[in-house]
Order: sequence, then structure tokens, then C-alpha cells
Amino acid sequence: MGTLAFDLAHLLAGGMLVLSFLLLYQDRITAVINVFAWQAIALSLSVAWQSIVQEAPHLVATAVIALVVKGFLIPFALHRIVRRLDIHREVEQVIGGGPTMLTGLALVALAILLVQPVREAGGTLTREDLAFALAIILLGLLMMITRRNAVTQIIGFMSIENGLILAASGAKGMPLVVEVSVAFSVLIALIVFGVFVFRIRERFDTVDVSALDRFRGERRER
Amino acid sequence: MIAAIDVVLILPALAIPVLALVTNYRAGAFINVATSGLTFAAGLLLLASERVRSDLLIVDDFNIFLVVLTTFVGFTTSIFSATYIAHELETGRLTPSFLRFYHAMYQAMMWSMNLALLANNIGIMWVGVEVATLTTVMMVGLYRTPEAIEAAWKYFILGSVGISLAFFGTILVYLVAQDVIGQGLQAMCWDLLVGAAGQFEPHLLSLAFVFLLVGYGTKIGLAPFHAWLPDAHAEGPTPISAVLSGLLLNVALYALLRFKMVLAANPATLNVGAIMAALGLVSLLFAAFMLYRRRDIKRLFAYSSIEHMGLATFAFGIGGPLANFAGLLHMTMHSLIKSAIFFTVGHIAQVKGTQRLADIGGLSTTHPVLAFGFALGVIAIAGLPPFGMFTSEFMLVSTTFARQPLLAVVLVIGLLVSFGALMLRLQDVVFGEPKGSTDPVKASSVPLFIHFALVLMAGLWLPETIVHWFRTVAALLG
Repeated sequence: MGTLAFDLAHLLAGGMLVLSFLLLYQDRITAVINVFAWQAIALSLSVAWQSIVQEAPHLVATAVIALVVKGFLIPFALHRIVRRLDIHREVEQVIGGGPTMLTGLALVALAILLVQPVREAGGTLTREDLAFALAIILLGLLMMITRRNAVTQIIGFMSIENGLILAASGAKGMPLVVEVSVAFSVLIALIVFGVFVFRIRERFDTVDVSALDRFRGERRER
Repeated sequence: MIAAIDVVLILPALAIPVLALVTNYRAGAFINVATSGLTFAAGLLLLASERVRSDLLIVDDFNIFLVVLTTFVGFTTSIFSATYIAHELETGRLTPSFLRFYHAMYQAMMWSMNLALLANNIGIMWVGVEVATLTTVMMVGLYRTPEAIEAAWKYFILGSVGISLAFFGTILVYLVAQDVIGQGLQAMCWDLLVGAAGQFEPHLLSLAFVFLLVGYGTKIGLAPFHAWLPDAHAEGPTPISAVLSGLLLNVALYALLRFKMVLAANPATLNVGAIMAALGLVSLLFAAFMLYRRRDIKRLFAYSSIEHMGLATFAFGIGGPLANFAGLLHMTMHSLIKSAIFFTVGHIAQVKGTQRLADIGGLSTTHPVLAFGFALGVIAIAGLPPFGMFTSEFMLVSTTFARQPLLAVVLVIGLLVSFGALMLRLQDVVFGEPKGSTDPVKASSVPLFIHFALVLMAGLWLPETIVHWFRTVAALLG
């Protein structure tokens, strides 16, 4: 089972990384949401596989949470928001697709270089897995920086969370307390995000975060 | 039997649902003050009870004084908040339904900060900081003005990204620890981590610290991760500015220092002191120059918070018994003085009806008590004797001169530049031409002067027990 365990774990983590790249160059918001849902499904498969390999039944809960909440509920809610607010047009990008992809490649290389000198640890989470998780986190950050729209920023943030849970599930025997709390905080994050998105919409008639820039800095007039 | 440590955590948690249900705002404010007062009493009892540890919670010399400080400032701020919100209701900036939410969130924030301070498990500590961030985000957006929503959104995005990076660092620490300590809860216990740190894999541990530094550094408000801080301070209700500056920044710095202790126990790791000193110095210089161009009184003191957290981080980065001692004292003094300043600023802004510095002047003729409080606060925060901050800054400058003379020059420049900016403002606000409303202030200035009395006492005579705690912790910090 040894090599199969690693091969499948790498396949799934690699799949998540590819989906992270797909997230970077989508130019329609609905497509971004769908790709994110796929990434969450890949995450839940990966966590489920870790639970079999590590014989850690509590990880199944994490996998189910990832599948139900991030794979279905949140994408569904986001689709609704997009439809309600009538914003299913293009994604506004601060930096074009080509340079973003190149930066993404550089970030993946950086993740590999950072993790490479680490001595092979005894646990199931090998340095390759760690490199995958780090790369997904960095790409999520990149997405948050290059996208102006509030909905795509939420997705960037959640794809960072995907990378975090990938790393946490690979860390052998990491207590469930922490995983539940992560799931919990993601839920809180969603509520907060939801509230904020609606309010931003209410006040500015747009979910484009750059509209907020008008209010930046000190209050000059008034 | 319930120990004091449990009471500190249970009381605020119990108050959250109660406060969310109480419709009368006076009752809500009263329950808020009472809960904060009782929590402070429990924090004091913690001093008398013995030091305990479990796999989840711990009480030691380091967190005990921070818990007392946090519950104390939480208590005085709740008193200030009661008068503050009464005025906000009169002017119609807040409605009673918002106040239920506000009070519940206030206790949620106190609970999460106490949890973060008392946690022995690095995962729980992270949860505490995360919950504290989310609750303060909601409070910052309380006024629902476009500025407040922008501030809350910015704080939320930067705070969440920072917190996610800190979580990745936490996972990495667990990874290195489980090789040595074994799997499970114990590999996340802070005291066991310090004990076994010598055998940890140094490369991965250093990498973990970089993530923790960027993650918690965002929460500390170190430049260049500080962008959320001035907005969040300026746009939220003033009691929240007081606890943000006085307590939450400390809690984040505390979390970072816990991890620094782990790294200090392993000599093969990265020299984290140098990175922290550099970040601290950059924050100090940046904030010192930014102080000159501020038009908003709350923003002015928000930048001053960046400056002082930079100073404390610099002190811990330099390391050694004296500098660490100075850093700990500086954290304590900053939280007492800055919250007191925000109390004064809150009253000033309410009575003048504006936060614009240009519209506030001549307080000494219109509101002598406020002018006195404001002048005391600015003198104390600028590091003039006989206040406690003079002691900590003097210790820091002298030890830096002895060990890194070049850095000391930069440090002194930063201190002088910020001193100049604060004195200019003091001149305008207190002695300038009288401007704005001359209505009397109804609010009580007792919390304010209690804070100043403590700061003055620390500057003249520091009790032996406190000196002893600071020394032990300073030795552990390496």
C-alpha cells in the first residue's frame, strides 16, 4: 500500500494545485465559483484518503465538512448572491492573465525551494505534500491580490483555507479540536463575509472593492 | 471546585447570551460593567492561586500579568463605554438594538483574548486570536458609515490573511514537534514544546516562525503589514479603539513571543531576533514620520500605537535580560496609557462633535479636566519622566547603545521625531485658540486618572513582585 498511498495523495494534492491555477485565469465569476467547488471536492477526497491511510476516522468528519459546506453550500450561496446582485459578468483583474500565471509559477517554485531542505520527516506528510499545501496557499494569496471583486476575494480566501486544511490533514495525529475549530471559523468567516457583501452592495451599489477606495485615507472634506 | 482560571473564561462566556437578550441598554451597560469587574476580580485571584498547567490551559509568570492587565483595562473600558454609548444614543449615531449586539460582542472579545492568553495549546491560542479578530471586525463596522464599512472590510481581509498564515505556521510547529514529542494534543502544548525544542528540526521550525511572524505581525500592526490599523482605530467606536490598541495588539505580540521562546530554546534555528528588531525599527520610523501629517485625532494615536508596538518588538528582537525587561514593561505601559488616551479622545470627540484635529483647540479654556487628561496622556506616551514609559524607553536605549550603537542612533531618531509630532499636537489641542462646542462633559474621568496613577507609580517605584515576574520571563525569552 506504501507507494499507492503516496501516489494517490500526491495525485489529489496535485489536482488541487492545478485547480488553483485554473482559478487564477477564469474571467467569469460563475466559472470561478465552479472551479472553487471542484477544488473543495478534491480537498475532501484528499482528506478522506488521508483518513484511510492514517487510519484516523475523525478525518472523515473534516472530509464531509469540506464536501458539504465548501463543495456545495457555499458555492450555491455565492451563485445566489451573484444572481441577486446581477454581477455575473467579467472578473476585473488588476494584473493580466499572463503575468499572473507567470507569478503563480514563480510562487510554486518558491514553495518547493522553501520546503526542499527539510529533512524527510517520519510522518505521512512528506515534504512534497507540504510543498503542495504551501503552493496552494500562496496562489490563493495571489488571487486575493490580483482580483478586485469582493466575491472573488472571498474565493481566494477560501482557497487559502483549502491549502491549510490539506496541510493540517496531512499532519499525522493533529488533534480534532483544531480541525473542528477551523471548520467553525470558516463558517463564522462566511457569515461575516455574507453580511459584508450585502452591506457593501447596499451602500455602494457594487461589489467591486475598488469602489471603497474613494473613502480611503483621511476625511478631507466635511 | 472551580478555580480562578475557569472563572476568567466562564464569566464573559456566560455574559454573551445574556447581553444579547437584554433589550434595555442601561441594564446591558450595567451587566457589561459588572461582568468585566468580576472578571478582573477573578484575574486578581489568579495571582494568589497556584500556577497550574494542563494540556489546554496554563498559568505562568508570563501570562499572569497580561491576564490581570487585560481584565483590568477591560473593566475600566467598560465603565468608559457606558458613558460613551449613552452619548451616542442621544446623538442618534447608534440605536438600542445595535447596543445589544455591541455589548455581546464586547464580552465575546474579552473572552477570546483571555482564552488566547491562558491557552497552553498553540491551536487554542490561535482560535482565541481569530475569534478576537472577528469580533473586533464587527465592532469596527458598527456605525455603518461608508468609512466604517471600508475600515472593517480592510481589517477583515488583512486580518484573515494574516491569521491564515499564522495557522500554517502553527501546523508546521506541530509537524516538527510530533517527530519528537509524539502525535496528539501534547505536541501542541506550549510548555512541552519549549522543553523539547532542542531536538526539533531547525529548518522547518525557522520556516514556521516566518509564517507566524507575518501572521501575528499583521495583528500586532507592524509595518509593512499595518494598513488595517489606522482605519480600524479611527472608524470604530472609541471604546473599541481603546481595547484594540491597549489589549489586542498585546495579545498578538504575546502569541508571537511564545513562539520566540520555542525558537530561543533551539540554537540551530534562524536568528529571529534580527528580523524582529528590523521590523520593529521600520515600524517605529515609519509611524514616527506619519504622525506629522495626521488630520484625525484617533488616527494620530493609531499611528502612535504602531510606533510603540514597533518599539516593543524591537526590544524583544534585541533580546537579553535588560531589553526583554524593557519590552515587557513597555507593553504594559503602552496598554495603560493608550487606553487612557482613547478615553480622553473619546470624550473630546463627543463634546466637540468631530475627530478633525483642525477643529479641536484650546481645550485648556473650554474643558480644563479633559485638557489635563490629554496633556498627561501625551506627555506619558511621548516617554517623558516621571511616567513608566520613560523607564522602559530609557532601559531600551541604554542597552541598545551598549550592544548595537548604530541601531541605537536610529532608535533615538525615531523617538525624537515622534516626540516632536506629539508636542506639536499637544500645543494646538490644549493651548491653541478655543474652537468648537463648550458644553460641559457629563462623562466620568475616574478610569482615566486610575490609569495615569498606575503609570506614574510604575515610573517612580515598581513593586518587587512585578520586577521578579518580568525578570523570569525576560530570561525565558532569550
